[in-house]
Amino acid sequence: MNNIVEKRREPLSDTKLLMTITISIFIVMYLLAMGLLGGGFLHPQQIFDMLNDNASLIIVSCGLTIVMIGGGIDISVGAVTSLVVMSCVLYLNNGGNIFVAVLLALGIGLAFGLVHGYLISYLEIQPFIVTLAGMFFARGMTTILSVNPQKVTHEGFAALRDIKIEISWLGYTAKNGNLVPARMELGVVIAFICVIAVFILLKYLRLGRCFYAMGGNQQSALMLGINVKRTRFISYVLSGCLSGISGFVFMMHTGAGNATNAAGMEMNAIAAAIIGGTLLTGGVGNVIGTFFGVMTLTTIKKIVVSSGLNDPWWQNITTGGMLCFFILLQSVVLSRRNGKKK
Amino acid sequence: MDTKKKFNLSLGQLTIPIIAILILVVFNLIRDPSFFSIGITQNNDGNSVLSGNLITVINGASELAILAMGMTLVTAACGGQDISVGAAAAIAGSAFVKILKSGDSISVGTVILAFLFACVVAMIFGAFNGTLVAVFKIQPMIATLILYTCGRSIAYWINGGATPTVQSSIITAIGGFIPGIPVPTPVLIVVIVAIIFKLVFHFTSLEILTQSVGINGSAARLNGINSTFIKLLSFIVLGVCVAVAGCIGVSRLGLINHETLLIDIEMDTILAVAIGGNNLGGGKFKISGSIIGAYVIQMLTITLYAMKVSSTDVKAYKAIVIILLVVIGSPVVKAKFEKLMTKLRSGKAKETVKGAE
Repeated sequence: MNNIVEKRREPLSDTKLLMTITISIFIVMYLLAMGLLGGGFLHPQQIFDMLNDNASLIIVSCGLTIVMIGGGIDISVGAVTSLVVMSCVLYLNNGGNIFVAVLLALGIGLAFGLVHGYLISYLEIQPFIVTLAGMFFARGMTTILSVNPQKVTHEGFAALRDIKIEISWLGYTAKNGNLVPARMELGVVIAFICVIAVFILLKYLRLGRCFYAMGGNQQSALMLGINVKRTRFISYVLSGCLSGISGFVFMMHTGAGNATNAAGMEMNAIAAAIIGGTLLTGGVGNVIGTFFGVMTLTTIKKIVVSSGLNDPWWQNITTGGMLCFFILLQSVVLSRRNGKKK
Repeated sequence: MDTKKKFNLSLGQLTIPIIAILILVVFNLIRDPSFFSIGITQNNDGNSVLSGNLITVINGASELAILAMGMTLVTAACGGQDISVGAAAAIAGSAFVKILKSGDSISVGTVILAFLFACVVAMIFGAFNGTLVAVFKIQPMIATLILYTCGRSIAYWINGGATPTVQSSIITAIGGFIPGIPVPTPVLIVVIVAIIFKLVFHFTSLEILTQSVGINGSAARLNGINSTFIKLLSFIVLGVCVAVAGCIGVSRLGLINHETLLIDIEMDTILAVAIGGNNLGGGKFKISGSIIGAYVIQMLTITLYAMKVSSTDVKAYKAIVIILLVVIGSPVVKAKFEKLMTKLRSGKAKETVKGAE
């Protein structure tokens, strides 16, 4: 009997355990918000708003999750996003074509990913320093391109930006009797595609399993015959590409380029990945958890705003407190499990 | 070539920062020799003080150098970095101003009291980070991410949603010049802090204990070193450094602005530690390397300003220089370069042999 219980418990890996904790806390928190605060939280539109605002953050966090599972860190993602937005906006305003703009976004992201990957995996420079330099470079280039905010005037792009997917059965009836359908932006769809693609990559593809092996223990991965250098290189390239996509999605959401776009996004993305159960030491993590990490972070902020703590400092202080809670919880849970194994 | 190699070896860890600062000096000499001119001017208070680009560099890097010293210790002991120093400095600065504003007039006693209070506050936050890292075994970057996220908001909260100003001749003296002494006060503070570090390392075994904890924490523990305490201590020491840097930052401007005080300094600090040749993964360290690293960064920034690069664009050029520095310093590149050199040399040797035949 004891054996069966042991066997049943065993398959719940660290990754899954941390993810389960996050998802359950998110659901409990949201239900509490619905019950205690009511208002906007009762409408499905609230969730769609959260998704609309954070589509690019979700995409960036997916890339960061890959890098973090591989035992690295990429803090340039926010700055690359900002650079992509600015260059695409300027390109479109000078009579560009949307398809080429997409390629431009991907190209910038890919270029950053290639350089980071090469420097980190083949020249063995610390990832923090390389991506920090990448962040400085991207931020600096953004201001060199334009210090003033730029609005997109391209007609085709405006049409693309205004596409909203309407889901009528999730809508609500407004006071004047009209049915207001739930609206979702195109960026959210792209974000979902990215999450699913990364999920499949990490779960079912050989490359994805190599990321886990490399992050878990580099020496053993090498012994298993995994090309660690190439795998690490690919992880940074993927992160760079996803930053490029995120930049385009960001532009579709705001429709303008600004030098301060996506400021602090890298730290939000890292926080989301951590809340979602990815460990910075590598080898543990899940992209679905990261998705819920983003949602949890956003929900906390929404709750703070709607519960009447209007002073500007409360939002960040609560976020910090919540982050502290999650980090401590994970540390305690993991150390207890490791203690049991011994 | 041989002499140069010996020169490299003898400097060891300090090779890269010293080469970097030499390159910057040579570059500036070629570009504009007047960069190095130092003059004596009268400031607003009528004191004769030193002025010139070089003084600006040394003065401006003060906070960075002080933080880099503390950060080196944390890096060496914990194998990770504290990314909350800027936010913690904002909190310390707010605490400093809070005490200064509490009384009617500002005397020397009030300033000392305010500084001690700021130190205690920063040490408490340092201990909080340290506890997360040392007791709960969380990676330093993640643990300090908490304070990074909410630190500046806490400072805003302490200030009560305003940016209070302090007007006092004592504060101006701390941030600028003490009457009668031509050297900027922050520079003197850096020297004092560096001497204290030197003395502590000389009279206690902190340096060797920190190194052994950083190289292998469990081995250090088996040798009877309390590695948890050493890690905690390194964060508390960094807390004191943060308080000193925060107070200098506040005194320079005479006001506390939680959003802009020492903004982005955490990244520069980590960079200073890395340029100083310290391994960011922990272990052996040299505080002097980090101090030189801090001056390299500041000199680079001031050089770019002198070349009329706008303050927002500086980052892009800085990034290029950083990448060049770390590529030159990377062990793989070094190994390849040495291989190439031996190949060239053996090639030459063969040629001479052939010639002899």
